[in-house]
Amino acid sequence: MPDLLDRRLIFVTGKGGVGKTTVAIALGLKAAAEGRRTIVCEVSSQERTSRLFNRATVGFNEVEMAENLWAISIDPDESLREYVLLQLKVRAMRDLLFRSRIFTYLAAATPGLKELVTIGKVWELAQPDRKVKTGRTYDLVIVDAPATGHGIGFLQTPRTFANIARVGPVHAQARQLEALITDPERSGVAIVSLPEEMPVNESAALERELREEIGIQVDRVYMNGLYPERFSPEETARMEPLASSGGVVGAAAGAAVSEHRRARSQRAQLSRLRRRVEAPVRTLPFVFEPEIGLDEARLLARRMG
Amino acid sequence: MAGVADLLEDKDVCICAGSGGVGKTTTAAAIALGMAGRGLSVCVLTIDPAKRLADSLGLAELGNDAERVDPALLEAQDSPVEGELWAMMLDAKATFDELVARHAPDEESRERVLRNRIYQQISTALAGSQEYMAMEKLFELHSEARFDLLVLDTPPTRNALDFLDAPRRLMQFIEGRSMRVFMKPTGMAARVAGRGAGVALSIVRRIVGFDLLADLSEFFTAMSGMVDGFRERARRVDELLAAPRTSFLVVCGPSGEPVDEAVYFHRKLVEAKLPFGGVIVNKVHRLPDYAGGDGEDLRGGLRTALDDGDLADRVAANYADYLSLAERDSRNIDHLAAELRTRSVIRVPYLDEDVHDLSGLADLNRFLFAAGRDPAATATDG
Repeated sequence: MPDLLDRRLIFVTGKGGVGKTTVAIALGLKAAAEGRRTIVCEVSSQERTSRLFNRATVGFNEVEMAENLWAISIDPDESLREYVLLQLKVRAMRDLLFRSRIFTYLAAATPGLKELVTIGKVWELAQPDRKVKTGRTYDLVIVDAPATGHGIGFLQTPRTFANIARVGPVHAQARQLEALITDPERSGVAIVSLPEEMPVNESAALERELREEIGIQVDRVYMNGLYPERFSPEETARMEPLASSGGVVGAAAGAAVSEHRRARSQRAQLSRLRRRVEAPVRTLPFVFEPEIGLDEARLLARRMG
Repeated sequence: MAGVADLLEDKDVCICAGSGGVGKTTTAAAIALGMAGRGLSVCVLTIDPAKRLADSLGLAELGNDAERVDPALLEAQDSPVEGELWAMMLDAKATFDELVARHAPDEESRERVLRNRIYQQISTALAGSQEYMAMEKLFELHSEARFDLLVLDTPPTRNALDFLDAPRRLMQFIEGRSMRVFMKPTGMAARVAGRGAGVALSIVRRIVGFDLLADLSEFFTAMSGMVDGFRERARRVDELLAAPRTSFLVVCGPSGEPVDEAVYFHRKLVEAKLPFGGVIVNKVHRLPDYAGGDGEDLRGGLRTALDDGDLADRVAANYADYLSLAERDSRNIDHLAAELRTRSVIRVPYLDEDVHDLSGLADLNRFLFAAGRDPAATATDG
């Protein structure tokens, strides 16, 4: 099986608030620094990527953010429109279809169609020979997947849809997408987690569901936000009496004792995660900066190993 | 300065809202526990709680019905609980099925909907259906009037607006123009979609396949007899959300993005004329409550106290890191209080241990229910 960054497509997933966007961008920076032409895709229109790069919103365009690194925000309506344009070669038919707005109704009425065309756009970006005439070829497409919330929703869409539309071109394409995302030669999945009870439980559940429901083997779990172990238990014991002594010295000692306790509790969660998931676990350090910007993302990229 | 008990005085519905990963589930459970401790019969509706939190509340086997948390478990805590604590885990699919059963004119149309593959996708996968079902369950429990207070832990949404928008989107879906295009008789399609619609429909059929359109047609035809029932129900759910005895508590974290999200959500609440109660900021790095000395003071003091230069330097460096986060949090909370024009910002400090059991919830409640006695736990004027 090729190394994670040597696939064509990587989905970065996990529950809300664990740092998926940061990890997706850090992976992108690492791949780009190694010379791969890489694009990071957002699918929730939140424009977090452009925010991190401190740039104007990117929208449904492939915008270069750094050397070898592009970004796009995949809008389902635009994707659907593009899909229809690529499907129908006859201009009169396209005009008729758009004028009747019937596809808008279909998208509104058919559960999962918007997610399906979103994954379809990801697939299109990952093609060596792009369908979109002006599109450039990427070595790697990284998807900042929507928060899992419940179960595996997004990645399950192709299979679900293939069952809804049992015949016809959409059915065939849904099967094609399913084949792509379940092929470990071409696609990889990374879960992002945090060293806390709930995220660890949810990461383990997510890995299991991906394996059992879709047949995807998760490649890597990133334990994000890990505190350094700055103080030994003996040092902490020496500081504990000082922590209640008041003043700046007491406050600093108190902060050190708290830091030690959190770091210890995080190590316990890290061990739980390692016991409960099959994929290799990589750790990423907590960033002691008020906000995570490009410098911090570059730092994480260097620490990804 | 208000604590949660003040914010919820005379309220019978509390909705904890906010983006994912900010501790909503834990906060909702802690609020329910705290209000039960004040003698109320409280039910917390939660979605997908962490296993250990579920275990500690005795919720391992819970379905779509409320169950009482064993009073013996509550008594094992330091502060006795006067009221009752109930909890349930929302099952969106089962709630949707119940709703269809309620509105179906007869058994045959009910079965037709429940069996339809489009329905099976909608009831589990359609964006908004889970959020709407949470509100629906809330409404149902409220109508039964079994509890003094209901606390709803809202589903993890991409952003908070998805939650508020859910009933509208679901109704739009069920009653909207989109369905008529696909309903029998096919002549309807022509009238709705205009000239050339028949041809357009046949193009669509070639792309997506006949069976999908047939399923859509069957689904919407079967649903058409229930639209009035659904619409009336949705109207009453909206009324409950806007009622004076309902309170929305916005839950967020102290870093920039969750705070921006909370500001945005508050604005949407106000626009929708929904009752905003207050905001709870979790995991706050608190600033020390004295005017700190300069770096040399600290270093010198630590060297003297610890008699270990290397350790003293590491403690000082750690403290500097901590202070930078505490200053960020303080700035963000000031910004939040100013944007929300509220004094009701409840700060819960970043605790040393992860909260996932009853004693952890009781710890949180020292801050959630501080009611102004502990100035460090609540915000000063924004």
